[in-house]
Amino acid sequence: MTSNASIPPKPRTDVNPARIYTLRINGREDETILTVARQNGIDIPTLCHLDGLAERGACRLCIVEIQGSPKLYAACVTLVKQDMDVITDSPRIRDYRRKILELIFSERNHVCSVCVVNGNCELQNLAVKLGMTHVRYGYLNLTHAVDASHPRFSLDHNRCVLCLRCIRVCKDIEGAHTWDIAGRGIHARIISDLNQPWGESETCTGCGKCVQVCPTGALSEKGKSVAEMTKRPEFLPYLQMMRKEAEP
Amino acid sequence: MDRQIVIDPVHRIEGHGKITIQLDTSGHVDDAAFHVTQFRGFEKFCEGRPYYEMPSLVERICGICPISHALASAKACDAILGVTVPAAGQKLRALLNLASIMQSHALSFFHLSAPDLLLGFDGPPEKRNILGMLETHPQLAADGIRLRQIGQSIIQWLAGKKIHPTWVVPGGVGGPLSRKNLEKIRAVLPEARDIVLRTIGWFKPSMETYREEIRTFANFPSMFLGLVDPCGNLAFFDGNLRFIDYQGNIVAEQVPPTRYAEYIGEAVEDNSYLKSPYYLPLGYPEGIYRVGPAARLNVCGGCRTPLADEQWAEFKSLDKGPVLSSFYNHYARLIEILYTIEKAEQLTADPDILNPKVRAHAQPNFFEGIGVVEAPRGTLFHHYQVDENGLITGVNLIVATGNNNLAMNRGVLQVARHFIKNGKVPEPVLTRLEAVIRAFDPCLSCATHALGMTSLHVRVLGPDGRVVDDVWR
Repeated sequence: MTSNASIPPKPRTDVNPARIYTLRINGREDETILTVARQNGIDIPTLCHLDGLAERGACRLCIVEIQGSPKLYAACVTLVKQDMDVITDSPRIRDYRRKILELIFSERNHVCSVCVVNGNCELQNLAVKLGMTHVRYGYLNLTHAVDASHPRFSLDHNRCVLCLRCIRVCKDIEGAHTWDIAGRGIHARIISDLNQPWGESETCTGCGKCVQVCPTGALSEKGKSVAEMTKRPEFLPYLQMMRKEAEP
Repeated sequence: MDRQIVIDPVHRIEGHGKITIQLDTSGHVDDAAFHVTQFRGFEKFCEGRPYYEMPSLVERICGICPISHALASAKACDAILGVTVPAAGQKLRALLNLASIMQSHALSFFHLSAPDLLLGFDGPPEKRNILGMLETHPQLAADGIRLRQIGQSIIQWLAGKKIHPTWVVPGGVGGPLSRKNLEKIRAVLPEARDIVLRTIGWFKPSMETYREEIRTFANFPSMFLGLVDPCGNLAFFDGNLRFIDYQGNIVAEQVPPTRYAEYIGEAVEDNSYLKSPYYLPLGYPEGIYRVGPAARLNVCGGCRTPLADEQWAEFKSLDKGPVLSSFYNHYARLIEILYTIEKAEQLTADPDILNPKVRAHAQPNFFEGIGVVEAPRGTLFHHYQVDENGLITGVNLIVATGNNNLAMNRGVLQVARHFIKNGKVPEPVLTRLEAVIRAFDPCLSCATHALGMTSLHVRVLGPDGRVVDDVWR
């Protein structure tokens, strides 16, 4: 069943150059392992993935095994293929996921007890879900300044996991492209505009989408006390749906 | 030959401390000091954080009195916002403070100090604890455990959590009190009152047996500090500072807490991480003053609750002027527990306590805020500075235990001089040295913050007891 209808934008291929084609239904060929697994009630943990945002493949928490290959694949950016035999949960996968999570925790300051999203945090929930009882790596204890220059929101780099959801939602959904990333490796961090204080950004519309999609306490509403901040990322698929409906 | 006696660690106090006693060649006590050997650094690492994180950050100073820190912090943040907290929010905060003092005093009296008082300072050390008490005085031990549980439960019903709740926020509290939880609080107060009255009934006559301790446990003239309400009565949550001298004369009256720095200086000693605050007009160390239960009862003109006022009158009659012996802190603690129960009964009878308007919202409007409350161990000061975005640029904490530092040192010296004879320090004397510290119920983990310098002293003693090397860092 093929069709000549226009094919929607394809997933990123630079993060997974070995493109794996699957069967094409109604012109679509972009089902990822993650999508298919979730459609079939198979849980794969994710952090940088968010329904409604383009995939990034940044956190690697969704790694899966594919029979016949020694590599681990990120389920969010790997397309399903006919006869593909995928394992989403094994001691090896669990071990790697724990290690990845512990490395994230060790890199910056993720002390939940004094965080504005304590109890409502995706990173914290993942730690519980994956059974992370302690961190085996030494904490780096980096100190980043908090950017509280925006009148309504604040950015605490110490809580950031570099999932880049804020960049993606600002660029793809809001269309402002205020956020970007500067530096490499351990020095990488989120910046607004050309690395100026958020409050001085000329492109920021103040819509707050970045705050709502941020999985941790890195982006939060000012004045929310510890454990008071809740995020509502569910708005994204609806927003896209309504925009599509409004199209002429 | 000079000899040094070190008691390390001091037991049954909150935090880590040690005592050193210096003997002269004839074996008499030359000097004694109480050292706080832990360092926390809250004043430093809170810098750069948003002001609204502060109540929860400073709660981590302590697991016993996090509520006191959260309340002082929230008051400092209120001042930064420039808001008036809704009346119900203030009442709920005051009620929370009462519960916190109730549970902390219960811990100090029953769990930490009662073993000395019940089983005797000369009793076997391995029995002098709450478990030993359960064997010999099961009713009293059970009362103590239950009273602390009641205080902690009230905290949970108000704030959602017994330890380190996040309910106290800048501008008020996180949410209103439910009728169901109000009823729970009301239901347990009579039992708490019975327990404390029963305990006072036992403890008051038993004080006769501790004459020597009363005479020597930090029994010396000093000033006292506490919060009082506009009429000069006992105030735990909101009030102004009052200093009295050793004769009971009011030296500074109704000083707004925001002006504390005009009256209190902070000195730093090389041998302790604990700052030594002093009454600024008198200088250091002459400006020694005391805070805490006995100080509060000395300073105030009454409690304004019937049962506590009866006991307060008896307390005041113990001495001609202010009650000088810190041993009486134990009695004062029981009176204050009684006060917290009666005051909680008053607050929970007020229909406004259920008012849903409990929080004011604002952006930071001022660069500085000072919050002061009475913590279980005495007057607690939180002083913050923020930048234009509300990020903390400066923190100064004067914690209740710190206020008593000079007095604790003098108390240790007094006990050491009285009980140590001919250089011999038997077990009962060591016990009393710890007990004088315990009378102040110090919380060392609360009290040690930034000094501006690190202070570590290693004294190397040769086999003959001579000081071989003194290393300072």
